[in-house]
Amino acid sequence: MGLRVTINGEERRFEAPVSVDALLAQLGLEPAKIAVERNLEIVPRSQYRDVTVADGDRLEIVQFIGGGM
Amino acid sequence: MSDASIDPKPLTIAGKAYRSRLIIGTGKYKSYEQNARALEASGAEIVTVAVRRVNLTDPGQPKLVDFIDPRKVTYLPNTAGCFTGEDAIRTLRLAREAGGWSLVKLEVLGDRKTLYPDMLETLHAAEMLIADHFQVMVYCNDDPLMAKRLENLGAAAIMPLAAPIGSGLGIQSPINIRLIIEEAKVPVIVDAGIGTASDAAIAMELGCDAVISNTGIAEAKDPVLMASAMKRAVEAGRLAYLAGRMAKKRYADPSSPLAGLI
Repeated sequence: MGLRVTINGEERRFEAPVSVDALLAQLGLEPAKIAVERNLEIVPRSQYRDVTVADGDRLEIVQFIGGGM
Repeated sequence: MSDASIDPKPLTIAGKAYRSRLIIGTGKYKSYEQNARALEASGAEIVTVAVRRVNLTDPGQPKLVDFIDPRKVTYLPNTAGCFTGEDAIRTLRLAREAGGWSLVKLEVLGDRKTLYPDMLETLHAAEMLIADHFQVMVYCNDDPLMAKRLENLGAAAIMPLAAPIGSGLGIQSPINIRLIIEEAKVPVIVDAGIGTASDAAIAMELGCDAVISNTGIAEAKDPVLMASAMKRAVEAGRLAYLAGRMAKKRYADPSSPLAGLI
């Protein structure tokens, strides 16, 4: 079994369902500095513990970087 | 006695006042460290930033927020690189979630060669973002009618281009920029095309409320020194605008009185 999840365009596999919170920890990302979109919907930071990533989900995880115009 | 070198009115965008009328970008610098030093020299209180995917293979890379503190400097997320209104809206919703603030800069590009804005997509996206309670500063062409439309939609600031993004060509249509300023009741900020300090001064002398510079500073041989020059040019241009320049004449006009000549 396991889950296939696309994160930032790359496919990743997980053994069991994971919360967004746990997923970010696994990826080594600090929740305070990023934003997460799941299947084109924003996941509010307050719901990272409650939202579970499902098989086939498409996630985008973004941050602020240097950029002008 | 009041200090004549101080601008009596701050720049106010979406209800917040700023002392500096220079906004700088955070792209194209050699490092975030150099960017932070240029920011210091520029005196800017707002920086434009991009929103991009985190690097999953190397999450420990240097982060902008570790060099430029978003609690001290206003981060203005932009939609650089977005060619549809939909992408721009998606990007800014993520930016709002990442940062927690709703002041954003919208730009929807229409053409890769000129990076000119697609104004139809821009108007549509601006309308949707404003309905979604964003405060939207909008990159636009230098068309006074489009600028007015954006203002009527509720844009927080109008940001006409001086010249194509990254071109450093300076203000190509001072007449249009001037017309936009005359009609606008929201801040007009010249965005894109400022190549050097004199370009920034000219923009401010025309009566712009502020100027944005990214490439003009970042691609100077000494970006920190250029940041300092831009700061002074913006201040000088602003004061010259407030002072009101002399009328232009076609012939000479002596500065010494003619009466009493020997």
